[in-house]
Amino acid sequence: MAALTAIMKTTAARLSALFLVLFALCATVLVFYMSSLSVRMLTTQTQETIAAEAQVLGRAYQRGGLPLLVRFVETRSRQPGANLYLVADPNGRILSGNVESLDPGVLETDGWTEQSFEYRRFGVRGPVNGDDPAGTSRLAHRAVALVLRLPNQMILLVGRDLGEPEIVRDIINRALIVAFGMMGVGALLIWFFVGRRALKRIDNVSEASRRIMGGDLSGRLPVTGSGDEFDRLSENLNGMLARIAKLNDGLKQVSDNIAHDLKTPLTRLRNRAEAALSGKKTTPEYREALEANIAESDHLIRTFNAILMISRLEAGYSAEQTGPVDLAEIVADVVELYEPVAEEQGVALESMISAAAIVTANRELVAQALSNIVDNAIKYSAGSGDAPKVLVSLLREASSVVMEVADNGPGIGEDDRERVTERFVRLEQSRTQPGSGLGLSLAKAVMKFHGGGLELSGRNPGLSVRMVFPGDSRKA
Amino acid sequence: MKILVIEDDREAAEYIEKALGEAGHNAHVAGDGETGFTLAADGDYDVLVVDRMLPKRDGLSVIAGLRARGVETPVLILSALGEVDDRVTGLRAGGDDYLTKPYAFSELLARIEVLSRRAGAKDVETVYRAGDLELDRLSHTVKRAGKEIVLQPREFRLLEYLMRHAGRVVTRTMLLENVWDYHFDPQTNVIDVHVSRLRSKIEKGFDAPVLHTIRGAGYMLKAG
Repeated sequence: MAALTAIMKTTAARLSALFLVLFALCATVLVFYMSSLSVRMLTTQTQETIAAEAQVLGRAYQRGGLPLLVRFVETRSRQPGANLYLVADPNGRILSGNVESLDPGVLETDGWTEQSFEYRRFGVRGPVNGDDPAGTSRLAHRAVALVLRLPNQMILLVGRDLGEPEIVRDIINRALIVAFGMMGVGALLIWFFVGRRALKRIDNVSEASRRIMGGDLSGRLPVTGSGDEFDRLSENLNGMLARIAKLNDGLKQVSDNIAHDLKTPLTRLRNRAEAALSGKKTTPEYREALEANIAESDHLIRTFNAILMISRLEAGYSAEQTGPVDLAEIVADVVELYEPVAEEQGVALESMISAAAIVTANRELVAQALSNIVDNAIKYSAGSGDAPKVLVSLLREASSVVMEVADNGPGIGEDDRERVTERFVRLEQSRTQPGSGLGLSLAKAVMKFHGGGLELSGRNPGLSVRMVFPGDSRKA
Repeated sequence: MKILVIEDDREAAEYIEKALGEAGHNAHVAGDGETGFTLAADGDYDVLVVDRMLPKRDGLSVIAGLRARGVETPVLILSALGEVDDRVTGLRAGGDDYLTKPYAFSELLARIEVLSRRAGAKDVETVYRAGDLELDRLSHTVKRAGKEIVLQPREFRLLEYLMRHAGRVVTRTMLLENVWDYHFDPQTNVIDVHVSRLRSKIEKGFDAPVLHTIRGAGYMLKAG
């Protein structure tokens, strides 16, 4: 019983059982419909035969009178599987035929004896009521008959045993049993194939997932290459695993970076406090040390915030909401914000905005990204060459909206362009400039979050940084 | 000023209490949301400082509960959650300002002082005055000692904010938030350059400085 319960727990067994029940229901309905149809057909056929026979006999009577009719009836009665024949005088006395006795009253009404009636016949061996010692069994059967009144008040009865439709029903019943048997075998086969073959693969998948849960994160689910539902499931789960692995790597990289790049300033912080405590210091000296430490912690906090923000944006689970934002407004704001700084550093900061460009974005993030890029451009072009200039333009392109920051500073070598957007990468020549090394990575993460991208290209001299927003302006 | 600090980190709360005391305010501390709610609902505080994550009752629920009861005391939300949308949810729950941890105490103090009830009264005034400096919010004109000073629209808004909070410290982030409406942290001190431009316009040719730099904190507009 427990084993059966266990088997019924498998999807295959349940499916097979369901199929079995459904098939059985359909088959039963079909068989009953067919059998009732064929029985009706057979009955109709029987009635037609009887009517034709009665016509032949009626004509014989008209041609040759009673003797010819009796001869006809005698001949026909002896044929195997014969119809029922009976000729009676007006009083109901049987003159000829193979019917031995009748239910009383059958002969009294003309026409079809619609309801079957009991009769006995001679001369035919049959299985039903075959208890007659003489061997010529007299059958007590149900039959359908036509009673005709001939001229001279003679009565003719022609009928047919209903045994035939019953045999048909018998055959159908037997067929039904065979069909049930075959369906049972079919259900077993379905269980075998679905259960043993197809669902085995589900088991494989859950086995593989257990392994992966056990810690083998590089493991993947088996894909057979048939491209069926199981393969698609496995492929999707594999895609999910790859994404998880990527997020995991990202987290690991963040913690590595935090460990590496935050430990250095933390050490400086500690050393400065230690140095301030050792030996006698004047109040201004203490003040200076404390102020330096505050500045260092502010820098640390800023770096930390930037790392967190980048990771969240890169992981794509940032909670920041997006809405319609006019990029032209952001360009104008940022340029206005940085204009005094640029002027102070001798850099001409200009903007070129053709028209409003509404995209779906997060205003704060875009403004921060643009301000990081503008900040960089001013910082690096200041003091390089004559007439340093930074141009911020908003361009509408075929399928995108682009914010471009172009400077005529030293630029970035082609080999380094990809690298500078990575976290904490600061090129050798910029080590002396203040900054966390996170500005461009943050801008890149922001653009990726908006479904766009950050493109760097050389300008000879200078650098062009393009923030490309997807044209349909909807976040991917 | 009477300030209630609802903060579960005892060390942080004690530090805030002590520092606010040194700044001349009277600060009380509640260690959990329930106590904080009861105190804030009954006591007559000028400003509430509420941490978002609190034992017993969440900070946002405390604020929403107070607002539902008709308590209109200005609320400054403190939180380790710093994304823009956290700020938005905080302000929507009924907070008046939002400060992300870790913060500089000078920033906290400046924001508390600006938030206080007395500061709010200035909203209805149409002309701000500080010494001989005068800003007319309706005609958008600035005069010093009767002489008109021409300012750019942004400079006007900058001065308007400083004058509205005259006599109080205003930090750089407060200026970026209120004058430019951005909450990010610019890498370079762009605000300083804007302020010094404004300063040169309102102080050049006059002897008394009105726009003061407060070291390690921000700026303060004060006559004399």
